[in-house]
Amino acid sequence: MTDKPIIKVVNLVKKFGNFVANDHLNFNVYEGEIFGFLGANGAGKTTAIRILCGLSHPTSGELEVAGFDVYKQSEQIKKNIGYMSQKFSLYENLTLRENIRFYAGIYGLSKKEINIRMDNLLENLHIGHLRDQLIGSLPLGWKQKLAFSVAIFHQPKIVFLDEPTGGVDPITRRQFWDMIYQAAKDGITIFVTTHYMDEAEYCDRVSIMVDGRIEALDSPAGLKQHYHAENMDEVFLKLARAS
Amino acid sequence: MPDFSIDIQNLSKTFGPVKALDDVSFQVEKSEIFGLIGPDGSGKTSLFRILTSLLLPDSGMATMEGYDVVKSYKIIRQITGYMPGRFSLYYDLTVEENLAFFATIFGTTIKENYDLIKDIYIQIEPFKNRRAGNLSGGMKQKLALSCALIHKPKVLVLDEPTTGVDAVSRKEFWEMLKKLKQQDITIIVSTPYMDEASLCDHVALIQKGKILSIETPANIRNAFSHPLYKIAYPDMYRLLTTLRTFSEAVSAHRFGDSIHVALKTRTGEKEVRSFLEEQGLKDVALEPVRPNIEDCFMDLMNDTHD
Repeated sequence: MTDKPIIKVVNLVKKFGNFVANDHLNFNVYEGEIFGFLGANGAGKTTAIRILCGLSHPTSGELEVAGFDVYKQSEQIKKNIGYMSQKFSLYENLTLRENIRFYAGIYGLSKKEINIRMDNLLENLHIGHLRDQLIGSLPLGWKQKLAFSVAIFHQPKIVFLDEPTGGVDPITRRQFWDMIYQAAKDGITIFVTTHYMDEAEYCDRVSIMVDGRIEALDSPAGLKQHYHAENMDEVFLKLARAS
Repeated sequence: MPDFSIDIQNLSKTFGPVKALDDVSFQVEKSEIFGLIGPDGSGKTSLFRILTSLLLPDSGMATMEGYDVVKSYKIIRQITGYMPGRFSLYYDLTVEENLAFFATIFGTTIKENYDLIKDIYIQIEPFKNRRAGNLSGGMKQKLALSCALIHKPKVLVLDEPTTGVDAVSRKEFWEMLKKLKQQDITIIVSTPYMDEASLCDHVALIQKGKILSIETPANIRNAFSHPLYKIAYPDMYRLLTTLRTFSEAVSAHRFGDSIHVALKTRTGEKEVRSFLEEQGLKDVALEPVRPNIEDCFMDLMNDTHD
């Protein structure tokens, strides 16, 4: 993790009619950081993520993602980020190889480059045998690990992970976090949401959103100290229940 | 002989080459909360669909409140409240319309059984004219539970009701389940959250269609056979990868701000410390720790995980 901001958010406001989904958010995310973006259902996380990914325009505020302006350069942002969620990952009725070719093709990778990286990926995960399997036939844990690999296949600067481990068994959840650590070590910035509070501990810093505002932002150790809490679960309950 | 609410005998179900349920047998006592814990694809949903008469087993039998789930399917549907894993309400109906719809189907009214759902429904009543599709995750879940309860079922079948739900809503949900239990409703619930297992009266761990263990949460924890230590160090990733090369360790898993290491024998603190020091990790924080349900589940899973 460096001290160079790769996401800059200044006074982000997003309104839907009279409803303020994001109420003056201010934060930076630094290069190579694992940044946890927490909040209760409906707190405004998804709205902010959609804006950071260039999929929705803010009502006001200044935002830069990977060095690009979210108002004017959303296409460049999309090229430089990766995204996966529990709901949207890979195409179930394509094979693993077809999914990789499809996604990598969208990002403009050459056939040769795709083949080299695909071989590396299959070898690193020891899954050469899954190459021609339909994604729909694989267990959820594998789908999620592969979806993550595909999301960073084009070597983005930042990857957004929206509840990547929802419903996944405890061993696979930990294997998934091993992959996150590896990606962060390789210099990819990780922006992740989760409802598992033990996973909040694995982040370098964590922000907690309550009713459209960021109520707290610090390292897990700093938050626990500040809120006199044993673990992140207690921190979260203190903040989210107070609302 | 105790009075069972649910009795499952040698239930099997296959889908092509996949054994979704492999000779599953267990009993659930009246008005208890019974947890079915297992990863995606372990057979939980197939079992719930058989219990609610929506799927036929290949072999074996099951009864709920004494009624056979195949032969007496009409009665089964009257006495069961089912909350499927995927949000299954009508998105383009409002909160109130959804509830009225489910009440009508079961030949009752919201008014008649309002007492049962009051505590839950009151939290979403301010939004009763909002379409279900526009509710947040926590509110959808409360509406789904209200709809599953509106005909006053004897057995409540909940398939991963808290997946994708935030920590606060999850706690509230379990508080609601405890209250329902006191109203003599039997609850069978599946979850991927291990902390929720400790809130059940009995827990069955299921994997690949087989039951690994059925116990009270306390007994599952007592049955953990390895000495377990909790270790912390500033560079956690390095600590983890180092511990995984320790020949005396059965497993090393991250748990929040520390790592749990299970050892083969009671070699104890000294050996772990000296191994870590050899590897250049000095002054680690190390103490024995009591296993929680997640430790136990991962230990049981370890043999078969791939």
